Amino acid sequence: MTIEDIIKPENLVYKKPDLMNDRPMHYCPGCSHGVVHKLIGEVLEEMDVVEDTIGITPVGCAVFAYNYLDIDWEEAAHGRAPAMAVAIKRLRPNKLVFTYQGDGDLAAIGTAETIHACNRRDSITIIFINNGIYGMTGGQMAPTTLEGMKTATCPYGRDVKVNGHPLKITNLLKELDGTCYVTRQSVQTAAAVRKTKKAIRKAFENNLNNRGVSVVEVVSTCNSGWKMSPSMANKWMEENMFPAYPLGDLKDTTI
Amino acid sequence: MSEEIKLMKGNEAIAHAAIRCGCDGYFGYPITPQSEVLETLTEVEPWKTTGMNVLQAESEVAAINMVYGGAGTGKKVMTSSSSPGVSLKQEGISYLAGAELPALIVNVMRGGPGLGTIQPSQADYFQTVKGGGHGDYKLIALAPASVQEMADFVGLGFDLAFKYRNPAIILADGVIGQMMEKVVLPPFKPRRTDEEIVKECPWAAVGKPKNRKCNIITSLELDPAVMEKKNLHLQEKYREIEANEVRYEEIQCKDAEYLLVAFGSSARICQKAVEMARAEGIKVGLLRPITLWPFPSKVLNQFANQVKSMLCVELNAGQMVEDVRLAVNGKVKVEHFGRLGGIVYTPDEIIEAMKAKIM
Ligand SMILES: Cc1ncc(C[n+]2csc(CCOP(=O)(O)OP(=O)(O)O)c2C)c(N)n1
Ligand code: SF4
Ligand SMILES: [Mg+2]
Repeated sequence: MTIEDIIKPENLVYKKPDLMNDRPMHYCPGCSHGVVHKLIGEVLEEMDVVEDTIGITPVGCAVFAYNYLDIDWEEAAHGRAPAMAVAIKRLRPNKLVFTYQGDGDLAAIGTAETIHACNRRDSITIIFINNGIYGMTGGQMAPTTLEGMKTATCPYGRDVKVNGHPLKITNLLKELDGTCYVTRQSVQTAAAVRKTKKAIRKAFENNLNNRGVSVVEVVSTCNSGWKMSPSMANKWMEENMFPAYPLGDLKDTTI
Repeated sequence: MSEEIKLMKGNEAIAHAAIRCGCDGYFGYPITPQSEVLETLTEVEPWKTTGMNVLQAESEVAAINMVYGGAGTGKKVMTSSSSPGVSLKQEGISYLAGAELPALIVNVMRGGPGLGTIQPSQADYFQTVKGGGHGDYKLIALAPASVQEMADFVGLGFDLAFKYRNPAIILADGVIGQMMEKVVLPPFKPRRTDEEIVKECPWAAVGKPKNRKCNIITSLELDPAVMEKKNLHLQEKYREIEANEVRYEEIQCKDAEYLLVAFGSSARICQKAVEMARAEGIKVGLLRPITLWPFPSKVLNQFANQVKSMLCVELNAGQMVEDVRLAVNGKVKVEHFGRLGGIVYTPDEIIEAMKAKIM
């Protein structure tokens, strides 16, 4: 029996998007990045806009997103993706231009670019993976690291007196006049995945309809950085991250 | 159409030339002594005529990354700044070189280090030709010595950048940026259509059609064997540029017994010094590198067989003189004369220095 004998169109219940190739992902098992990649692939495919899409990968664990989704990409310097997106959108206003960024990339080194991009009205989309840590460099403190949370550079827990407070940057971005849609989602359950997919779809539609900047924050796990099993990480996220970063739409001027 | 002769500042010439050469986008941040570039562009409003985009970025860092983003889609994009701002751009410049993107950067130098002075200087020579940012890379570096060359080098810089898929830089200084001279602006050249861009830049990230592979603009490669190859490819390209693109000007060199070597505004002052010294009966010539990289090493080496000695005149503490010495390889004495902190030498001072140092 071959795979083709088993997988027939009539009994197919799940299929990954064609945009997602078969390269083995470098992400740790349980990591949220892969799920969000798949959702982006599904939405782009369903909207049939691949020919008009330019993605920008960050410096962070998702730097290699360009290896997994078969679209045109530019790989940014750490934190600068929003500046690139603004320029690309101005030079190519009919394109769907999106950035994919981690919390260190978007809310630490790239804060200025993020805020100014969100303050202009260029219709770009920012997909923001908030896992509260620097995954790629080995689990150091991020601007979004929770109070008391242990990382490689706050091994005894984040002390807000020393390191400041967890930065709820999305709350800030929703105040800026350039943003039209700011939402906070997650991907730890099937229901959450469906909601996030809807949010990405809306953000991409805003992008093509020239409505302004859309920000989709995905509160995520980094089980390796958090030093937890994938299922523990999901539970820990629900119990600790969600109270600090409550899910839901923060702003939607499109309804 | 008859030639349009205009009187303007070097910085203004950059702006007008950009619009006329079919530039798609300019991204910059104000800094003296080059703010007139952005000011002129926002006054002329080319987005209403040629469709060129102009944007004041939130910083030089953002501006160079806007250039990187735009260049990655095959567009003709540029930025300009002055020394401290160009320091901020270095990471982005290294990314441009690493990802092999064509783009134009303009540095209208001022004195440093640090916030330094707004007066002219040529102290960013090392930064421009020796790296500036991280990694083994080279910029095609053009050094204008007149307002006319400020205008001409915009088109030339873009042509070379696209020919070699490599960032090019115009290294000017506060004198050239601020002084007013007659200039013939280049004729209007239309911006390329999106179809023309795809043809010229098949590598550009413009959205993937079904019938081609993904275009990925990146400088990243974690496999050392592949990364070494990528670096060797860059080096090969740099050797090709060195073989083909050296530009320089010889002034009164034929019978010269002494040679001045100077670029940009220094070359203008040296030209006067040559005239005055020759009136005194001193046979001196001037070699003006136009490309600082690739450097006119060969011709300097040949002149080392003809002249008794050389004086490298630059508004810094001795930077290009190192390359002149390397080129000459000990054949003749090479000395340096410079002024610092924004002070510009007079032709008399240069003749005095010549007499004291190399005669
Ligand atoms: C200019 C610069 N500074 C620092 C780094 C090192 N660096 C790479 S990724 C990273 C943090 C990434 O964290 P985040 O954005 O949260 O992404 P994650 O890996 O968690 O998805 C850092 C500091 C770099 N590549 N470039
Ligand atoms: S380190 Fe964290 S963010 Fe990076 S792949 Fe692993 S789990 Fe994901
Ligand atoms: Mg992170």
